Amino acid sequence: MSELLFNAGLAAYLAGAIAALITVRWPAGARILSFGLALLGGLIEVAASAIALARGATTEWTLPSGVPLVSWTIRLDPLSAFFSLVLGILAVAVSIYSLGYLRDWEGRKSIGLLGFFYNVLLLSLALVFTASNAFFFLMVWEAMALASWCLISFEHRDEETTQAGILFLIMSHAGTGLLFIGFFILAATAGSLDFAGFHLLASRLPPWEQGTVFALFFLGFGVKAGIVPLHVWLPAAHPVAPSNSSALLSGIVIKAGIYGMARVLFDFFAVPPLWAGTVVLAVGVASALLGVLYALMEHDLKRLLAYHSIENIGIILIGFGASMMFRALGYPVPAALSLIAGLYHTLNHAIFKCLLFLGAGSVSHATGTRNMDRMGGLIRRMPSTALYFLIGAVAISGLPPFNGFISEWLTYQALLAGFGTTQSLTRIMFPLAGALLALTAALAAACFVKAFGISFLALPRSDAAANAHESSGAMQFGMAILAIACVAWGLGAGWFLPVFDPITQQAMGIGVSPLLVAANGFVISAGTPRGGTISTTGITATLILLSAVPALLWLAWGRKSRRVTGPAWDCGLPGLTADNEYTATAFSKPLRMIFSALYRPHREIQAEYEVSPYYPTAIRFESDIEPAFEKRLYAPVEKVILAFSRRMRAVQAGSIHAYLAYIFVTLILLLLYGARA
Amino acid sequence: MSTMPGALLANLLQFVLLLAVSPLVAGCIRTLKARLQTRRGPDVVQPYRDLYKLLRKGMVIPDSASWLFSAVPYIVFLTAIVAGLMIPTISVTAPLGLFGGVLAVVYLLGLGRFALALGGLDTGSSFGGLGSSREMTIAALAEPAMMLAIFTVAIGANSTSLSEIARAAIGQQWRFLAPSQMLAFAAMFLVLIAETGRIPVDNPATHLELTMIHEAMILEYSGPYLALIEWGAAIKQLLLMTLLLNSFFPFGLQPDWSAASIVTGLAILLLKLLALGCAIVLVETSNAKLRLFRVPELLAIAFTLGALALIAGFLF
Repeated sequence: MSELLFNAGLAAYLAGAIAALITVRWPAGARILSFGLALLGGLIEVAASAIALARGATTEWTLPSGVPLVSWTIRLDPLSAFFSLVLGILAVAVSIYSLGYLRDWEGRKSIGLLGFFYNVLLLSLALVFTASNAFFFLMVWEAMALASWCLISFEHRDEETTQAGILFLIMSHAGTGLLFIGFFILAATAGSLDFAGFHLLASRLPPWEQGTVFALFFLGFGVKAGIVPLHVWLPAAHPVAPSNSSALLSGIVIKAGIYGMARVLFDFFAVPPLWAGTVVLAVGVASALLGVLYALMEHDLKRLLAYHSIENIGIILIGFGASMMFRALGYPVPAALSLIAGLYHTLNHAIFKCLLFLGAGSVSHATGTRNMDRMGGLIRRMPSTALYFLIGAVAISGLPPFNGFISEWLTYQALLAGFGTTQSLTRIMFPLAGALLALTAALAAACFVKAFGISFLALPRSDAAANAHESSGAMQFGMAILAIACVAWGLGAGWFLPVFDPITQQAMGIGVSPLLVAANGFVISAGTPRGGTISTTGITATLILLSAVPALLWLAWGRKSRRVTGPAWDCGLPGLTADNEYTATAFSKPLRMIFSALYRPHREIQAEYEVSPYYPTAIRFESDIEPAFEKRLYAPVEKVILAFSRRMRAVQAGSIHAYLAYIFVTLILLLLYGARA
Repeated sequence: MSTMPGALLANLLQFVLLLAVSPLVAGCIRTLKARLQTRRGPDVVQPYRDLYKLLRKGMVIPDSASWLFSAVPYIVFLTAIVAGLMIPTISVTAPLGLFGGVLAVVYLLGLGRFALALGGLDTGSSFGGLGSSREMTIAALAEPAMMLAIFTVAIGANSTSLSEIARAAIGQQWRFLAPSQMLAFAAMFLVLIAETGRIPVDNPATHLELTMIHEAMILEYSGPYLALIEWGAAIKQLLLMTLLLNSFFPFGLQPDWSAASIVTGLAILLLKLLALGCAIVLVETSNAKLRLFRVPELLAIAFTLGALALIAGFLF
């Protein structure tokens, strides 16, 4: 059943890609056909993966490859089905959104080309999550990277875009190179390329090989996921893509890295070494904190969101790292809880980050800018978009009752359980990680107060913002689906948690949802007797119930009070203008000063005056921060590589005789090597 | 407490307690502070009069504000109440303890703060933005210290449920003398001062633009909306004080919600609140307000204390 459905979904994506190419000269047709088929494919994949998840069983089948010795094996096990489900949901929402978003493109940019890359990306992602053969996996992995690159560089006339695309391509391939070596090591031991043969294999390797395999896969997949310090491509590449593509890139493409890690760490490894878990946890904490700290300094709305992707990948890895440590220390229940926390956050982040990127897309579409300091007052011009963006902002800040709160709560419980159960010295890491997670969450809240408040509230800061228009119905519908999903997975967590049982069953042999779910799903518990409990449904119901109190107060006294509108206090100046408002730069100023050791801010003020410096006629203000990783880590590496290539130029002199000599020498050496054997 | 009507009754009682006692606590602190500074000051029921008056007054909504501006006071008020129902006040059993523990309390207050900061930005005045920016910054820096202190007590009880934390503390009456508990208490006390906007972090009595934080955010609110926000702030102060008291000094917490327990429990709670109020007043009077950019240092001390508390708990 799910096999047939899944294949049908793949076929729909393929048809969408082909249809886009055929209709490349007919924009309206390309839009409706390619994105309509992508929508259909998304719906089918949601159904297929939901059925597979509900049954909790693994199905495996082979597509005809047409190439001897290579099998295109697809396996829909619970972990794959979970990621396919996330992909399907996003594909549905983004495709609907695109149907409206691209209407303006007709006659200006090639919708057919975009539709082709978009469908290829969805197709390759669906296969990345399900491919069960190393060769097949690497092939679709590469297809995914190339499709992403095409989407990133879509508006290639812009210098910034091209640069970002090239950076992405280089880093992505460096990562893929590491994956190749990792798979070679595993394949050499297993004697086959099938994932089935890799199951629990890595733990049977000698310790140093285990370490190598872990490092190769962690770094290789880490590039794609955007872990610190391999994240530099992400804030450059994601914002420059068309907004519907950015939503997919930040929503699900980086999750391919997370999927890869989950596959390796919880399927290929039975029990990863303790130090590996510690590394993952530490990298998770660092990514979360640095991601949000850099996000705070951004006033480009889409770059801000891209930095938050790094933060959330960090939160996911905190869950994964804790899970690995628990397994290494021999505590399966907290291990399962942490894995669930990480996976739940994967789903949640996909949903709200996609929603926020779509919202940002609508806003930049309406105002023609990504700079928050040129927006403002949009809540009045674009009320629905504002509401959806607000829901996404509350959810990503981890506030109740939305979905982000549930996964962060689970992560805290997992970290707390770590201190309670284990006796090792490493346990001090858990509460420290928890404290830094709290800092991250609070900074994220500050950042989204800024993002929402500066972009949507108060007075318009530019004419474009003052004349912005609400986005079309299809765009609103796409966002509404994701906003409802934020609420649904926040309130319905208790009923969703059993879905993770087959996944943890497969990874560590136990399903913990009976421990976690209480009161028929209305309450979630931490899984220990007398442990903490949470009920977002209960909290929401109480909030609604208690709103009777202000209503009663109003009936008793407030009814008589007059309500008038007037100007806000302007300190006696002639009226409040947008120039008086706090800007995004001003909002984050205290944090820029407090964390100046990290940011190394630089500012320049030039004032022109005629009479006295206290009455300037014109002021120019410039403020920026030092990109620490680019400058301290990547610039030296780049320098070394460039110097090395310059040396290598001597070898590659362009003389055909020299090249013939190289070939000859190589041949001799190979013959000698062969003769020795 | 096992029966449905009993649970409802407990919820109702605690709800009334929150609404009724929170202005009194605010008033007591204000009066005590005035007396300590040899002023007469308003009497302790002044906050009730203020609220009553504000609720009846007309209000001016800034013309630059959106619907969010009007929604904010409700969110602030309601989240404070729901969070307040999750902490043990009179009885060890928090009425709404099943719906969430200490993490839910922290995050519900976070939701209220998120809304309030948006309300500040919504007016378009620079004061609103100034207040929001500072409030979110200070809250963010206070958060890790608070979480470390919370983890220290939660690890002792092996639970984030506040009732379980109180129960574990009742089991060992002299536990607060343990180094880890004392350090965690000190960290929490500093966080309490930052979270409730008191000197040396913020001055609740000032409207001087250079220094104000909380007041800057709510500058444009008036009438019933201001009443809801002020009342919400009073409830938040009461609940944070009670949380601190009952996690570290659970004396007098009653095992149930019977009539006799309620009377004794309430009396003991009020006494404890008075004692903590005195401590706050002492700190407020004997310290000057810190410059905004010295506040992070204070919170860094709180963080260090929290971390030391954890390590102390680890060693002893």
